[in-house]
Amino acid sequence: MEALNSLLQGFSVALSFTNIALMFAGVILGVIIGVLPGLGGANGVAILLPLTFSMAQTPGGQTSAIILLSCIYWGALFGGAITSILFNIPGEPWSVATTFDGYPLAQKGRAGTALTAAFTSSFVGAAVGVIVITFLSPIVAEFALEFGPPEFFGVYLLTFCAFVGMSKEAPFKTIVAMMLGFALAAVGTDTVTGTLRLTFGTATLLTGFDFLVAVIGLFGIGEILLTLEEGLEFKGASARINVKVVFETWRELPRYWITSLRSATIGCFMGIVPGGATPASFMSYGTAMRFSKDGEKFGSGVVEGVVAPETAAHAAGTSALLPMLTLGVPGSPTAAVLLGGLLIWGLEPGPLLFVEQKNFVWGLIASMYLGNVAGLIVVLTCVPLFAAILRIPFSVIAPIIIVICAIGSYTVHNATFDIYMMVVFGIIGYLFKKVRYPLAPLVLAVVLGDRAEASFRQAMLMSHGDMSIFFSNKLVGGLTSLALILLFWPMASGAVALLRNRLRRE
Amino acid sequence: MNPFTSVSRFGTLISAGAALLGAVTVPALAQGWQPTKTVEFIVPAGTGGGADQMARAIQGIVAKYNLMKQPMVVINKRGGSGAEGFLDVKSSKGDPHKIIITLSNLFTTPLATGVPFNWRDLTPVKMLALDEFVLWVNADTPYKSAKDYIAAVKKAGPGKMNMGGTGSKQEDQIITAAIEKRTGVKFTYIPFKGGGTVAVQLVGKHVNSSVNNPIEAVAHWRGGKLRPLCVFDTQRIPYKEKMTSTMSWHDIPTCKETGLDVNYLMLRGIFMAGGVTPDQVSYYINLLRKVRETSEWKALMAKGAFNQTSMEGQEYADWVAKAEAEHIALMKAAGFMAGQKK
Repeated sequence: MEALNSLLQGFSVALSFTNIALMFAGVILGVIIGVLPGLGGANGVAILLPLTFSMAQTPGGQTSAIILLSCIYWGALFGGAITSILFNIPGEPWSVATTFDGYPLAQKGRAGTALTAAFTSSFVGAAVGVIVITFLSPIVAEFALEFGPPEFFGVYLLTFCAFVGMSKEAPFKTIVAMMLGFALAAVGTDTVTGTLRLTFGTATLLTGFDFLVAVIGLFGIGEILLTLEEGLEFKGASARINVKVVFETWRELPRYWITSLRSATIGCFMGIVPGGATPASFMSYGTAMRFSKDGEKFGSGVVEGVVAPETAAHAAGTSALLPMLTLGVPGSPTAAVLLGGLLIWGLEPGPLLFVEQKNFVWGLIASMYLGNVAGLIVVLTCVPLFAAILRIPFSVIAPIIIVICAIGSYTVHNATFDIYMMVVFGIIGYLFKKVRYPLAPLVLAVVLGDRAEASFRQAMLMSHGDMSIFFSNKLVGGLTSLALILLFWPMASGAVALLRNRLRRE
Repeated sequence: MNPFTSVSRFGTLISAGAALLGAVTVPALAQGWQPTKTVEFIVPAGTGGGADQMARAIQGIVAKYNLMKQPMVVINKRGGSGAEGFLDVKSSKGDPHKIIITLSNLFTTPLATGVPFNWRDLTPVKMLALDEFVLWVNADTPYKSAKDYIAAVKKAGPGKMNMGGTGSKQEDQIITAAIEKRTGVKFTYIPFKGGGTVAVQLVGKHVNSSVNNPIEAVAHWRGGKLRPLCVFDTQRIPYKEKMTSTMSWHDIPTCKETGLDVNYLMLRGIFMAGGVTPDQVSYYINLLRKVRETSEWKALMAKGAFNQTSMEGQEYADWVAKAEAEHIALMKAAGFMAGQKK
């Protein structure tokens, strides 16, 4: 029980008045950062990093500094869900899956329920993630080393296949949308050869299409265009707003414990690998839809559809800090900035951090427990406030949303061109909805396409073009097989059903 | 007309002169020019990498010691292997409120991609340090020296051993190509996104070796997972503090000592846009000199085992011109130039 002792030691470090004040300050800032699209957690942490520089020079200050920054991270994780649910605009890549059921719930007037479910599941996911970090860190760190390029490709393939196989839309529509996403992801620098592609000789396309610009346009602007067409009002305007909604939702949530458990497991796995929170949330949503008895209703606004992605995203976001601390490999963009912070403060992430900087590491882990509690308190008390935003008339709030979206798109690369792209994506989003093509696979491909391509080509370089590398050991073979099974699941289950019917008739 | 202008001009002249002489002391003279708004510090690379860490450390030091009246913000422009950042500074001709930190992509990106910029579009300010490269293998392998390892690569046959590195047609791959040219071995080069990832891939035995910078691999070295074979510099790294129970940075032989005659150092230097005045350049030279005096900077240098060579003015510009010529030669030999068929 050495871990427990160390953890108690950590709590004594984290539980000072300054540190708790910093925790709340960090969470509140983080929520604000998470709510504003474009100003993601990574940017927020990067902006505040220099401030912590002198803080880290005082004794014990490194712990305070990381507490402040990691709480901004928790806050941003919580905050990302708010705009997804209220306006269908995911502020962070991992909140895209939250829109699938969160937004329909808000439209039905149950924004409060959706927000409470999202926040609570986030908390549960994070809690599981922290427990894994506390007790399993040595084993888990070793496991992450098993992942080379073929294994990473296996994970991405699994995410994509799960999505195609599990989707309710016609598989070919999903694939068409996904391929369009891959094409967009290919623009910019080819990481394997270092050459530029699909930039048509212009400097504006050098950076490729950023996920955030695509999402702000496709979801945010697209949704506003649809609302304009359907009559200028929010459907969720009749939302009941009082604190009771929190307790009512809590009474409902224990019903989904299997989904929570499954999502947390997927999340921890993806965070440690580190595949990231985005694939975790998508995969978790997909599996929840398949295995839930209410699977048919997913997408029309069920609480379970909010629980699944949020739990997984937070479990992944939290456990992503483990490879960062023990291996120096960040599991997310925000973790990358935190990593830079550690180095600047004179700490050295790696296998020895847990030995040499015991107080710091356990102080940080303790602050993860406390920071998430602080986060939950902050966001839950604000649920009625957030939900009340929907009462503001559409004609007032829509222009504000568009302005914030434009600022968000601009912030990503400080480029005016991205604002035009946002509008173009908005029109594409509107058209997709009109012809009933799914947007999510497109977004998923934009987010992961680049990484999947890089791991595939790295693996091909390693094997000199031999595809059998994807079955070369148990781990990668298992991932690839699972991916293929999930891809052909609908066909297989369709065939089985057909066969059964025929047998019955005979 | 400001009556003090002529006086401050004179001061700048002296400090510019001092800069040319490579003087180490900071002249305690009034500044001719001061930033009048927020200074943008461009990083032509992603967050968390070596250049980004250095830029953010400088930003932190400047803020902590109040070295500048106006705030400094770090902006990452990594698109097109850093071309986004360089093009941004190139197009801000005459803007004194923008500085950029460079990696070797100052040379490699325009050469490999044909994106239209050259360091001559910018104004060299100051070389801050040079980054070392070390040949690493997994500690579980039997190779004790660069010689052993190269012999093993030769024995395995062309393309059988993997060299992991950061990016494509950039410093890591250039060093790999230089090793191949010197020794006649052939690696399969596998590009990854960041140096930290490369180190972990080596620990996990997914690649056979890497040429990571010290700071990227030091944690795994100290953790007993990686073994340094040699450093690609003409002299050993000066830091003598023990990093593992038996070795310090200084104990790593140079590659030349072990018979592998390949040297490569990466520039960590500051540039401004073209068309800025000498007053403005000397303001930043002074600022960066003060930064280099601080204990925080020294700690960062020791942590990353940096080569602390620093230059300014003409000496710096000459160094950059020479480095560019070397890069052109190396990249031509390796077939990495834009439009060049291998």
